[in-house]
Amino acid sequence: MNIFKLSIKNIFNKPLSSSISLALLVLGVGIISLLLQLNTLIKDQMDNNLRGIDMVVGAKGSPLQLILSSVYHIDSPTGNISLAEAETISNNRMVGSSIKILYGDNYKGFRIVGAEKKFIELYKGVIKEGKDWDNPYEVLVGSKVYEKLKINLGDELISSHGLRETGQSHDEGTFKVVGLLKPSNSVIDQLIITSPQSVWDIHETHDHDEHENEHEHEHDNREITAIKFKSPMNIIQFPRQINENTNLQAAVPSYEISRLFKLFGFGIETLSYLAYLIIIVSGFSLFINLFNSMRERKYEMALIRTLGASRFQLSTMIIFESLVLTISGFILGLLFSRFGVMFVSSLMEESINYNLNSLKILNEEYWLLGLSVLIGVVSSLIPAIQVYKMNISKILADA
Amino acid sequence: MLKTKEVEFNYDNQMFFKFQNIDLNSNENLLIIGESGVGKTTLMHLLAGLLKSNSGSIKLFDKELNQMSSYQLDSFRKNNIGIVFQRPHFVNSLTVKENLQLAQYIANKNDNTRIESILKNLNIFEKSNKKTNQLSQGEKQRVSIALAIVNSPKLILADEPTSSLDDNNCSKVIKLLKKQATDFGAQLIVITHDSRLKKHFKKSIEL
Repeated sequence: MNIFKLSIKNIFNKPLSSSISLALLVLGVGIISLLLQLNTLIKDQMDNNLRGIDMVVGAKGSPLQLILSSVYHIDSPTGNISLAEAETISNNRMVGSSIKILYGDNYKGFRIVGAEKKFIELYKGVIKEGKDWDNPYEVLVGSKVYEKLKINLGDELISSHGLRETGQSHDEGTFKVVGLLKPSNSVIDQLIITSPQSVWDIHETHDHDEHENEHEHEHDNREITAIKFKSPMNIIQFPRQINENTNLQAAVPSYEISRLFKLFGFGIETLSYLAYLIIIVSGFSLFINLFNSMRERKYEMALIRTLGASRFQLSTMIIFESLVLTISGFILGLLFSRFGVMFVSSLMEESINYNLNSLKILNEEYWLLGLSVLIGVVSSLIPAIQVYKMNISKILADA
Repeated sequence: MLKTKEVEFNYDNQMFFKFQNIDLNSNENLLIIGESGVGKTTLMHLLAGLLKSNSGSIKLFDKELNQMSSYQLDSFRKNNIGIVFQRPHFVNSLTVKENLQLAQYIANKNDNTRIESILKNLNIFEKSNKKTNQLSQGEKQRVSIALAIVNSPKLILADEPTSSLDDNNCSKVIKLLKKQATDFGAQLIVITHDSRLKKHFKKSIEL
């Protein structure tokens, strides 16, 4: 038996009132930690997939949509631009290097992207099995795609039109899997990549068959270009030139993403204020608990003193009781947030093939630990001082 | 062993007590008897070092209690004095055995065989693992005696141990207390208004 064990026994002796304070703290810590985790994980994912792309040029529309579709592959594209126009821009002397990408089809919900080979280099894609594509209709498959759909080397994939599974299928176009990519922890994990020619070819036949009026489509049916700059000095000027002088749209990913996070940020901030409020309420509830239980237990405190325990030992017992609760609240809150991250991640994976997996402890979470300890100490301070100043003779005489 | 001189105590200048001198030798038990309101509990708290007198001297085991700090009194108490209260108090979250272990922990001791032998001697060994609120009134009193003697005190102070008991139980409890004191080598001072106890003590003083 010792003072620490006694504290724990005291907590378990009053399970109901202890668990209310605990539940509040778990909720508060859990929400804040969940927000921190999600914010960090999404930001990391976003930054990781940006890969130094300074500007994206595509069809007119929402710049955010253009970025989300062509850099992160999670929204629909804004439309198509002609290859000739794209070439003019990528040949501009301000452009360092550029990569053209095309959309058109999907295979069971996973996007088939027509791209130049440097697209794979950009994401440091490495072929695990098989080889690079040489001919049209040959594809490389990202790791999440083949894991989920159990695709093997040499399989033939019948694509459907559009970016959702429900589109009509191209009976003419079957893609042949020639290579599987190693997991790269970037967007290419969830893509099926082929040469631009494959995408043009498949839509050419398709368009001639079914849409005779679309004569304007030469062989640049769908095309979105991501362009890397030579020098960051041009970031402000060049996109404005494109937006003003052509019927194309240029968007700067870093700018759009920070705009997106600002929109998110407002909600996240409000929610975290609420969570901090919950933590403060849990502190109050803890204080009321300790204060009440101290009154109920005044005879037993007096007894412990008459057995020879010092004032200091008794006060320590009260502070221990509070700290045991707040620290276990912190630990449970962190567990809660990890389950939350897993849940959100599985939701995101289902809807946009993104997943977030990290169980590491963030620096801000160490601050949360500090906050929990602080709450524990502060809420037990008054009861501990009262116990310290307790007049045992008076309590025993009143009994 | 106990020598008091001109001990005076007042609560907030309202109640004033002046106690007669006590002189007790080693190996003697003492009965202090008095009506309600004469300061029995106050005297007991003074002897136990729970209160400090305003003037006079209390010399217990050759130590002057009035000259000790609160911390020294705590430490003196755990090494020398066991207290039996009028109404038994326990730590409710602990079992009988754990209460006794806590008392030992506070006195830096750890001796389960002593706990067992005390509980057996008091005939409550089979209640070792019961929570204290599951005990009967008589069992509670025995456990509170066990708590008082678990750290082998040299002096047992008992405050009104028999006031709520009938004649039969009264004589049982006082015999038990005396036996425990003798068995474990302690002196016994009982403070009470219960005149039935007079016949059990050779030495008594009236307040």
